[in-house]
Amino acid sequence: MLRDITIGQYYAADSVIHRLDPRTKLLATLAYLVSLFLFDFPGVYVLAAFFLALVVILSKVPFGYMVKGLKPVLFLLLFTVLMNMLFTKGEVLWSYWKITITKEGVMQAFYMAVRLILLILGSNVMTLTTTPTRLTNAIEAVMRPLKVIRVPVHEIAMMMSIALRFIPILLDETDKIMKAQQARGADFESGNFIQRARSMVPILVPLFISAFRRANDLAMAMEARCYHGGRGRTQMKPLRYALRDWLAYAVVLLYLAGMAVIGRRIFW
Amino acid sequence: MGIININKVTYEYIRRDEENNVEGITTAVDGVSLAVEPGEFIAILGHNGSGKSTLAKHINAILYPSEGSVVVDGMDTREDEKLLEIRQTAGMVFQNPDNQIIGQVVEEDVGFGPENMGVPTKEIWERVEESLKAVGMYEYRAFSPNKLSGGRKQRVSIASVIAMHPKCIILDEPTAMLDPQGRHEVIRAIRALNDVEKITMILITHYMEEVIYADRVFVMDRGKVAMSGTPKEIFSRVSELKELRLGVPQVTELAYELKRAGVPLPDGILSRKELTEALCRVFGK
Repeated sequence: MLRDITIGQYYAADSVIHRLDPRTKLLATLAYLVSLFLFDFPGVYVLAAFFLALVVILSKVPFGYMVKGLKPVLFLLLFTVLMNMLFTKGEVLWSYWKITITKEGVMQAFYMAVRLILLILGSNVMTLTTTPTRLTNAIEAVMRPLKVIRVPVHEIAMMMSIALRFIPILLDETDKIMKAQQARGADFESGNFIQRARSMVPILVPLFISAFRRANDLAMAMEARCYHGGRGRTQMKPLRYALRDWLAYAVVLLYLAGMAVIGRRIFW
Repeated sequence: MGIININKVTYEYIRRDEENNVEGITTAVDGVSLAVEPGEFIAILGHNGSGKSTLAKHINAILYPSEGSVVVDGMDTREDEKLLEIRQTAGMVFQNPDNQIIGQVVEEDVGFGPENMGVPTKEIWERVEESLKAVGMYEYRAFSPNKLSGGRKQRVSIASVIAMHPKCIILDEPTAMLDPQGRHEVIRAIRALNDVEKITMILITHYMEEVIYADRVFVMDRGKVAMSGTPKEIFSRVSELKELRLGVPQVTELAYELKRAGVPLPDGILSRKELTEALCRVFGK
């Protein structure tokens, strides 16, 4: 049962967006997220939504798949909308007992919801079209300048990719330990929340011990294969920008310019 | 001068209690000397705790001898600046296939060693291709290691070591966690690499069936080399092996028992074919 969990949420397809360099996608996503919060004029959201729709169509990821990504944050979304509606002061639209809803509140809530939805869908496009490995490579490459201030960039990236490699192995192991304990009468299903949480402890202890043992073995295996940190290391799959990446950057810049033009109108 | 020279190596594990006081000293390897010639296929046998794995880790400079010295291709393992070169010359395959695969895709794992050595990108791809082909895993290059059987994972591990172009490979119980099918696959890959590529192989195992292909066998017991010789010589000493809590291959055992029962058979029969032929000779077919 635990085996079925997929890590990341990569959707395999052959599209322009899939083929883009992961660095391009990472930086473009960041730019997009920032752009959503930089401007306050409603018109910008039309452009932002239009831009996202274009990218989604290009990515060949089914729309339903995208929307699924919204489910886990539905609660957060509702909460934000409610808070904005109830606690923004302004022209009263409707009032009952201590609850008042203002016109500004409704507007604010609506914008916030649109922002959040675009934000989540926007970052989903990136994770759906990029494998975890490539994303890790991109993070390493994008963070490289931080080496100057002694951030261990290579080590962080290596840890991330090893974690990704071991998640399925450890899930498998959890499954085995649970079965072994169920065979000896352990009960993970009944009881209240606290009782169930407590019954997890006997699973965690052997899991941790085995994780440490694996880490020790892996470190030895890595050393035996001449691993000595990022110094003097070459890459088997180095990241290289292609023409389409520069084009993508140009499109993103164009989009940002459009956002700025529309967004500025509020001050004119 | 052999490719590997182990001179009177002793290794002691120091056990400490919580206050860091020495509780006791366990001598895992006790004055072992052995030399391996280039291109040889060596097997080191022994039951659990005989010190065979500890000895193996010395050749790859993961452990350093408490006394004595280990020289790999003319380099003493204690010379720090030669460390990477030693590890590249003498590659190592470990027991647990899951805990030694670093890449999330088979080809990336094979490329890991060459990446660490600073091999140019284009050559990494050539090495990955040739190593995967050498162990017959090329068609699985884009697979996730999690989706492979144990035997295939171990073949990937072997390919990962070959990609570093070692002169010698030390295999520390590579088949201990595999099913019979997987064991067969791995042993065949090891023999092929020894035959075709002339890579020196040091196979550490406790399965008797796996050592019959070796050029020389060393049997370890309590940190010492108890017996050494060709597989034929070793397996003709069935009673001694039994004293060391080691079994012999089924066929050898059968021949041994037949001989004790009075059938005039030669010593050290290793394969079914040999036994059949010997029996035919005896009973004059």
